[in-house]
Amino acid sequence: MKNKEPIILIVVIFFSLVTYYLVEPFAHGVMHKHVESENFEYKDLPALTKSGNVANGQELIVNAGCVGCHSIEKAGMPAPMDPVMAAQSYGVNPPDISEAGAIYDARFLAELIKNPAHALKVEHKFDESKGQMHPMVPFYGMGGDIDQEVADMVAYLQDLAVSPSEVTPKMAFENACGRCHAVGYENWTQIGTKPEFKHEKDALAFDIKVLEYEESLTKYMGKLPPDLSMYTRSRSEDFLRTFIENPQNHLAGTAMPRVGVTADAAEKVLEYMKDSGDTKRHERESIGKNVMIYLVIFAFFAFLWKKQVWRDLH
Amino acid sequence: MAHFTKATSVKDWLNQRLAIDKVEKVMASEYWIPKNINFLWAMGMVLVVTFVLLLVSGIFLLMYYVPTVDEAFYSVNYTIMREVDFGWLWRHIHGVAASVVFLVIYIHMFTGIYYGSYKKGREMIWISGMLLFVTFSAEAFSGYMLPWGQMSYWAGMVITNLFAGGSLHADGLVEWIRGDYVPAQAFLGRFFMLHVLLLPLAIVGLIGLHFAALRIPHVNNQDGEEIDFDAESKKYLDGDKAGSKVIRFANDFMSKDIMVVGIFLIFFFYLVFWNYSFALDPVNFDPADGLKTPAHIYPEWYFLWSYEILRPFNIDLGLILFGFAQVIFVFLPFLDRSPNTCPANRRGTMFKVWFWLMLSNMIILTAMGKLPPEGVFSTIGLVAAIVFVVQWLALPFITSREKKV
Repeated sequence: MKNKEPIILIVVIFFSLVTYYLVEPFAHGVMHKHVESENFEYKDLPALTKSGNVANGQELIVNAGCVGCHSIEKAGMPAPMDPVMAAQSYGVNPPDISEAGAIYDARFLAELIKNPAHALKVEHKFDESKGQMHPMVPFYGMGGDIDQEVADMVAYLQDLAVSPSEVTPKMAFENACGRCHAVGYENWTQIGTKPEFKHEKDALAFDIKVLEYEESLTKYMGKLPPDLSMYTRSRSEDFLRTFIENPQNHLAGTAMPRVGVTADAAEKVLEYMKDSGDTKRHERESIGKNVMIYLVIFAFFAFLWKKQVWRDLH
Repeated sequence: MAHFTKATSVKDWLNQRLAIDKVEKVMASEYWIPKNINFLWAMGMVLVVTFVLLLVSGIFLLMYYVPTVDEAFYSVNYTIMREVDFGWLWRHIHGVAASVVFLVIYIHMFTGIYYGSYKKGREMIWISGMLLFVTFSAEAFSGYMLPWGQMSYWAGMVITNLFAGGSLHADGLVEWIRGDYVPAQAFLGRFFMLHVLLLPLAIVGLIGLHFAALRIPHVNNQDGEEIDFDAESKKYLDGDKAGSKVIRFANDFMSKDIMVVGIFLIFFFYLVFWNYSFALDPVNFDPADGLKTPAHIYPEWYFLWSYEILRPFNIDLGLILFGFAQVIFVFLPFLDRSPNTCPANRRGTMFKVWFWLMLSNMIILTAMGKLPPEGVFSTIGLVAAIVFVVQWLALPFITSREKKV
């Protein structure tokens, strides 16, 4: 009799794959609209036409009052308030801008200085004409050419920061996301990594500070931004990348601002999220290879054994 | 008491007390299997291996899992996935196997339908198999609850709501099952017990019954041929292995089983290491939130076809048809009135069409069960659900007109 097993195997695989395709890629494609990546180019924002002067920029940043809210730890300028109090004043703690030049896109930084609500894509929430002022005051210029002044400030920030290749995943995440999002599995809270405390009293005091911060943040954002520990598993990587790039594309009207990271920094943010939710991925891949080699050898010997046993049966 | 002699070896000592020679004959060396069966008959062994993988990985997970609503999600996603060495491996094996086991069960089931393995004396094999399927479904559902993710919570809510009996509004019953008004600690505790003790015990018992049911009618074969097992096994034992229509289970068929298992394991561990999320719904990696309904609530893929039979109708009719779909497979040996035991393709056009339409229709139901019930999808779902019911109602009529082949 003709051996029908190959054709049976093809039939089984065919129906399994059809089912898989319908239940997974097809159904998910219907349920979640696809968002095209903008490649972190921020094309809706004007390009920088002037080349900046670092020394001028430094002077401007101090004189324009940036350091009234922002710290520049690297240049020896500490934060004027602790995070809890800053959040009570502004809704969220204004970031330290030491590394901003390496993490955020230059176009985005320039627009952020001139028109924060526009750069952050939160104009639906902060409409000046209705008296809803964004907590970050726009820079109206020091009397000279405002585009030149902004270019100088961006140049200073880029000069001050580490080179973009030295940005670590943790640095990128904490700068871009960490003041709103906790990552419990990495011990990260919105006011910093929770230290190991010797006394429970001190740990509780720290937790109270976090809760106070979160209270201001909740009022500012409408709801407490979620803990991102498992987001690498609960959202696809493609979703996270396009969401970081422009939250409005996925969730029109969301209070989450566009964070303005460069493409490189976005990859680092994703790397950090994978470290929290998928820590063992490197171990998994190296062990996986060995297991596969073992199984292929096992299957081959099983095949030889079967051949040997069945030789007498035909 | 029986007469015991001084043992000549350890084996002899055991033999006098446990009859291991006899057990070996009954279970393996003189357990006769038809020769003309293909790799689809190895699915039983594939299922045994998958069940063992589930059991072993489950035992390891059980060491660290904490069955409380506050700790469950954390213990799975932090403790097991990060803190415990190889916790991720056990979890992925458990999660992937839970899904793959249903794929193999469905292949096993449709193999049985295609070759008529439920007919003529093999009814108990089919019925015990269907009982296993139902118990596995309960096992899968109770396990799905345990990580206490967002979909666990809402699937628990939706499925327990079914017990309200539609417009009967048996609300008290639903609360009695949950032990609360919503899925909470009492609910989790119960499902934990069901998943790790009661249902696995029932499964082990049913596997025993399923195997025992094979002993007398023997395994079916590719042609549905009636084999005289006594005559054929005598031929084999007299040395005419090639001429006999039967072979031993061990090592003859077992060597083929092991080969199929080997190939299956390559596929299985490829999923475990590189495509583990195919089995784990992303929504379940958000912690359960009773105040936030997910945009789409759907069961795991292996329940989708019966879910889609429930969904397109009003609640009462839907429930009745859902109940119908759940139990109707059990009655297959009695609904099939045909005298033939042979592959569906040789049983005449009517049954051939019935079989392939049933298979395709269940895949369509599966797909529609996951898609949002809107527009053309709900129409297709409705038609497919009606076709499913009509097919089962028509089965006795089309099979009783079948001619003997």
